[in-house]
Amino acid sequence: MLAPMVRLIDLPDGCEGRLLRLDGDRAFRRRLMELGLLPGTPVRVVRRADIGGVLELEVRRSRLTVRTGEASLVFVSR
Amino acid sequence: MTRAVRQAQASSGTRRVAIAGNPNTGKTTLFNQLTGARAKVGNYPGVTVERHFAPLELDGLGAVQLMDVPGTYSLSARSREEQLAIQAVAGLHPLERPDLVVCVVDATQLVRNLYLVLQLIELGLPVVVALNMSDRLAATGQTVDEAALERELGVPCVPIAAARNQGLKELRAAMARVLAEPRRGLPGWRWQPSDPLLESDLKTVQKELPIEWTHGEEGRARAIALWALLSVDESDELHAIPANLRAVVARRRKLAEVSGRNLDEEIIRGRYDWLDGRARLFLRDSGAGVSLTDRIDRVLLHPALGFAIFLVLMALVFQSLFAGADPVIGWIESLFAWLGGVVGDALPNGILSELVTEGLIAGVGSVLVFLPQILLLFLFLGFLEDSGYMARVAFLMDRVMKTLGLHGRAFVPMLSGYACAVPAILATRTMERQRDRVLTMLVIPLMTCSARLPVYGLLIAALVPRDGSMPFAQGLLLVGMYLFSTLVALVAAAVLGRTVLRGPNVPLLLEMPPYRMPHLRSVLRMMWEKSAVFVKEAGTVILLCTVAMWALLSFPRSRAADTAPEPQRAAAELQSSYGARLGRAIEPALAPLGFDWKIGVGLIGAFAAREVFVSTMAVTYGVGDANAGSVALRERLREERRPDGSRLFTPLVCLSLMVFFALSCQCMSTLAVVRRETGSWRWPAFLFTYMTVLAWLASFVVYQGGKLLGFA
Repeated sequence: MLAPMVRLIDLPDGCEGRLLRLDGDRAFRRRLMELGLLPGTPVRVVRRADIGGVLELEVRRSRLTVRTGEASLVFVSR
Repeated sequence: MTRAVRQAQASSGTRRVAIAGNPNTGKTTLFNQLTGARAKVGNYPGVTVERHFAPLELDGLGAVQLMDVPGTYSLSARSREEQLAIQAVAGLHPLERPDLVVCVVDATQLVRNLYLVLQLIELGLPVVVALNMSDRLAATGQTVDEAALERELGVPCVPIAAARNQGLKELRAAMARVLAEPRRGLPGWRWQPSDPLLESDLKTVQKELPIEWTHGEEGRARAIALWALLSVDESDELHAIPANLRAVVARRRKLAEVSGRNLDEEIIRGRYDWLDGRARLFLRDSGAGVSLTDRIDRVLLHPALGFAIFLVLMALVFQSLFAGADPVIGWIESLFAWLGGVVGDALPNGILSELVTEGLIAGVGSVLVFLPQILLLFLFLGFLEDSGYMARVAFLMDRVMKTLGLHGRAFVPMLSGYACAVPAILATRTMERQRDRVLTMLVIPLMTCSARLPVYGLLIAALVPRDGSMPFAQGLLLVGMYLFSTLVALVAAAVLGRTVLRGPNVPLLLEMPPYRMPHLRSVLRMMWEKSAVFVKEAGTVILLCTVAMWALLSFPRSRAADTAPEPQRAAAELQSSYGARLGRAIEPALAPLGFDWKIGVGLIGAFAAREVFVSTMAVTYGVGDANAGSVALRERLREERRPDGSRLFTPLVCLSLMVFFALSCQCMSTLAVVRRETGSWRWPAFLFTYMTVLAWLASFVVYQGGKLLGFA
């Protein structure tokens, strides 16, 4: 069965998904992949800063921050 | 041929060792621990990115040259600053090729860190891996088998804990061994794409690489071709990329896209697959639970509490810059005033005495007076940066700052601008991109700095009626000036960021580093370096400007004035100076703002430092007590008449003058420091022009608008 695809920003805090697709600017996708977030890699939403408009992610034991605008271009399976 | 080149390099001079690594891996700490206080700071050629050098003694080899490489997750680049990493490690023009690269790796985030190691190995450089933070592995539930890692990578891997000075002896030994026998650091293989399609893309790109880049080495050419495929595109800011290379990369990428391939993903996945496939041989990860960082972040990044703590911390930084540095600044000022007095008494009266006291001694004083705030600010910055909190500031403030076109890290420098623009501009180094730095530097001088306060104090006192009919007017006016300057700065950032400094939108992809105990030695060293660089480079300019200002306001000498008693003598002398002539010359430009030539002289004098306006006005009007709180000076301002008998310092003129001070860049130290930080006079010239035009227009609107509305 195919796992349902959701946007990374729609993942509740603390939840983990597997990266399915990266959209957006080439520089953004390349950077994210070089930080180890390739399709198939598990990624967890740690928390979000609503005032800051930023999402904190855990990928390969490191913590990354991504803007919510860009995180809406990242799709994961739940 | 290549061997000959390498041998020639090795024998011709000191051997070079580059220290590379991801950001936040303790690269700087290791550099400091290895070299102590002997490091020199320089800039990379053509850009204002700092580069540190230091000699390092290695057993049996003598001194080698150690140098740092900007922290990076990968060698691929989009900005000019990112390009430095590949230039520095691969030895691309104009940088020289290192004989060894020590790659500092955060052992607790091993696989992601090894991505960079893989790229260094691809380039055919002798590599030693320093497994830093290995003392923290246990706490994160991981174990690394160094011997297995060494076997898989084919290069020496040394576990260290740089902050605790552990493992450095072993690291130095490994460095010495590889320098003596480079093949120990060359695994003799490199990761290679296995896909024949990607292989043919690489071959095609390889043919277009300049020979100076490849040195005719096949492996190196392949690595640089991979770099080009990942880095070069239509919106990059890279420097000196040949047009034919750009064309071929664009064509190959297009071709790949048409057939449904993604070159970036193929290359990056290739490397990660290689690493992931071997990770189980050297890395055991039990997936431990909540780390200390997580527990701290639950508080510090809490939507309400975290924000409150952030505000308190920032208030604390600001308060100490403002109040904490003040007494020391006072001491420095009195020390130099005393020194000037002593030297003045010792020298015979005349030009020499004045040059030494009012030019040189005052000039050195006006440089050193910035040090307390610079030292304090960099103490805070060091702690904020090293502890990992700075990344959290960007996290909390990103939305606001991004709307203004500013980087999240611009917040602390902007805040410091309320104390003084000079340290604030030095603090913009915390941002990597030149564009972000320049934008922040262009708006910082708009913040109400402490040097404007004496001017506001004098003008507000002259403006508000004496009878006490408006009890809160003084305070409200001051608050109004703060709000006004802040608003203008924010609007200016938004406008400049969308016009003069429009650049490609850079995705925010920051790492949130684990909290760490700041390393005192690194913090102190940064404070020292910043201050030394400021005194040496900006200080010279400030000193020269002080002497020039002194000359402008003291020449030509008027003989008639010599006989007059003291305050009148000084006034007569100033009024016949070149400065006064300049003031008269610019009077037509100032008249629409309500200013006369004497105010013009004050504005010229204020260029030395804004608060000098007060003392220049005191000298102009022959008032002995030159202090912002001086009643005599305030009363004198109230009495000053225009030639037609009307009052000069009407409330409207005072307001117009305050607006002018709020927006104009009447500060040579700011301009000197912007020059030092941007590496040319282009940006300071722009800064001065745009702020002066802005100030003139705003004062014009205030004065003429006020007159139209019937205010005097």
